Amino acid sequence: MTDAAMTPPEAARPIKSLVHEDARTKKRNASERRFRAYGIGAICTGMFFLVALLAAILSSGLPAFRQAVVEVPFTLTLEQYNTAEEALLKTGIYTDYFVTSLTDTLESEGVEIEFDEKSIERLLGKVGGDLRAFYRANEDQLGAPVSFELAAASRVDRYLKGTFEREDLQGGNRFFMPEDFDLIDAMREAKLIKQVFNWNFFTGVDTGVDNPGGAGIGASVLGSFFMMLVVLVLSLPIGVGASIYLEEFAPKNRFTDFIEVNISNLAAVPSIVFGILGLAVFIQFAHLPQSAPLVGGLVLTLMTLPTIIISTRASLKAVPPSIRDAALGVGASKMQAVFHHVLPLAAPGILTGTIIGLAQALGETAPLLLIGMVGFVARYPDTFVEGFIEPNSAVPAQIYNWAARSDAVFTEKAWGGIIVLLLFLITMNTIAVILRRRFERRW
Amino acid sequence: MNDMRILERDVDTNDVKIAAKGVQVYYGETHAIKDVDVEIDDKTVTAFIGPSGCGKSTFLRCINRMNDTIDVCRVTGDIHIDGEDIYDSKVDPVQLRAKVGMVFQKPNPFPKSIYDNVAYGPRIHGLAKNKAELDELVEKSLRRGAIWDEVKDRLDAPGTGLSGGQQQRLCIARAVATEPEVLLMDEPCSALDPIATAQIEELIDELRQSYSVVIVTHSMQQAARVSQKTAFFHLGNLVEYGETGQIFTNPVDPRTESYITGRIG
Repeated sequence: MTDAAMTPPEAARPIKSLVHEDARTKKRNASERRFRAYGIGAICTGMFFLVALLAAILSSGLPAFRQAVVEVPFTLTLEQYNTAEEALLKTGIYTDYFVTSLTDTLESEGVEIEFDEKSIERLLGKVGGDLRAFYRANEDQLGAPVSFELAAASRVDRYLKGTFEREDLQGGNRFFMPEDFDLIDAMREAKLIKQVFNWNFFTGVDTGVDNPGGAGIGASVLGSFFMMLVVLVLSLPIGVGASIYLEEFAPKNRFTDFIEVNISNLAAVPSIVFGILGLAVFIQFAHLPQSAPLVGGLVLTLMTLPTIIISTRASLKAVPPSIRDAALGVGASKMQAVFHHVLPLAAPGILTGTIIGLAQALGETAPLLLIGMVGFVARYPDTFVEGFIEPNSAVPAQIYNWAARSDAVFTEKAWGGIIVLLLFLITMNTIAVILRRRFERRW
Repeated sequence: MNDMRILERDVDTNDVKIAAKGVQVYYGETHAIKDVDVEIDDKTVTAFIGPSGCGKSTFLRCINRMNDTIDVCRVTGDIHIDGEDIYDSKVDPVQLRAKVGMVFQKPNPFPKSIYDNVAYGPRIHGLAKNKAELDELVEKSLRRGAIWDEVKDRLDAPGTGLSGGQQQRLCIARAVATEPEVLLMDEPCSALDPIATAQIEELIDELRQSYSVVIVTHSMQQAARVSQKTAFFHLGNLVEYGETGQIFTNPVDPRTESYITGRIG
């Protein structure tokens, strides 16, 4: 003890080794490692769900893009044509010709089967009408062999894909009879059935329950397009104008603070609220046409505006004040400073915000339900103006509509619609990223 | 103007360009400038020195009303340029700023080409009738900014790609392109190395031939090198104003003496 008391205080301090971790460092490092593990875990979980979701969508939706067609060689002579055209039930005669021809074709492939025109109608639709229309339009094809590709009914499709079995059919109905299975098998054996890309899914319109296979998303894509046009034309200038005023010109006082808070709040308002607002104001009060993309676009504009205003203000704020000073310093007016210097620098951010806002609006369903854009729309608008004011659907509303129907083919179409919608969204977001990369300037 | 003549000063002219009387500046509750009276001569370099936060930059920004862009800033008192009150309600600050150019502390070229940086001011003020005149004006301004030789081959290159010193000279060229009568410089060399600083100082001395230059600086050596007159600000007050030589060798106020000898600040 006496020795210790005699040594100077500095020497009493133990020398810390840098090689060995002390307790505190160990604890710190352990907590850092733990945090990293949490992060990796979170990312892995997210990735897992994303992959599972994509796999589910693709496996359920991709079949919607393929369709079974029956390819039948067929020859019609001039006499047959004349006989049929003179008969009372013209298309019936054509169907008879087709049945004979198909029987012959099957026989030549070594498959013997008895079937009637009813069966053909159930499996391939109104074949007689199709044939007649073709030969009336192409009389020069008379006597020559023509190969017809006839779209098979959705149940054929499902039978071939394995989602519809013999056991599923209880006695048969006007859409399908047990003996039809034999005909399908026969045609498959004769290699008359093949799978082709279902263009009709993109170009077609919604169909009734009797023809789920023919349903297409085309008309609702057009409906969405017209809505997006309305949203873009209204929300971009209004949103950017409002943001520029608020950010660059407006005095900072309680009133503008109040507006700011409310814009932020608007961004968080559930979309269905905008829907009911649209219903009350645009349809019941202003008497704009119901179910029209114009009204849908107006409602979605209200929804998109806060997004655009917030992102625009953020990108205006991100422009360094030195640029404004520089412009004002050489005698530019406030407006010249904003439009010549600040806005070009903020443009990539504004564009990105706008595209993300549009993508959000494109995927929005709830407000559309309220303004009636979920109706059954089975035709394209005739003119550009009608595209805005005629009742139409939108892609997400169409998906909702299909998913609500009982027929499994419609469910498949709904999944297919989701793929289409996702493709649009991915495209828009990619454009946003590219624009930002391209026009971003350093200062 | 004769009645406002200030005698016995070692400067090229004795015309008063800027006359400030009883200027007070408030930032919200803060009283940043307290009752400043100063008369700045034409064709003279006037330096504002003083410790950080003493109000020299604030006062400089009053001269071209850049403080208008700050919401909470309030200016009272009179500032006259060529006998006209610049805070008169009839005065358009945009016109004022064309007459009173400014160079900022941090080089802030526009993210555009070198040519467009210089041509922007003349364009918005309509100083050039055609492209040839504009080209000539740009060249003249870049020459006055002592940067022409370095950039003449790459006028289309972005101004932000230049080095710090070059950027600052580009900003000076941009400021003189609008043919101002007064040039305000807010610590133009604080972000530059000694070589670039020397170039800028040389340039300031040349600019004195045509403009009244007011420069805010933290460097007392710089004030002594470039200015003919010096104003010392402290805590929002103008403590002392006079010939640079007299301020640095024989200051009247003890605070000035403490500052220049390094005891405060």
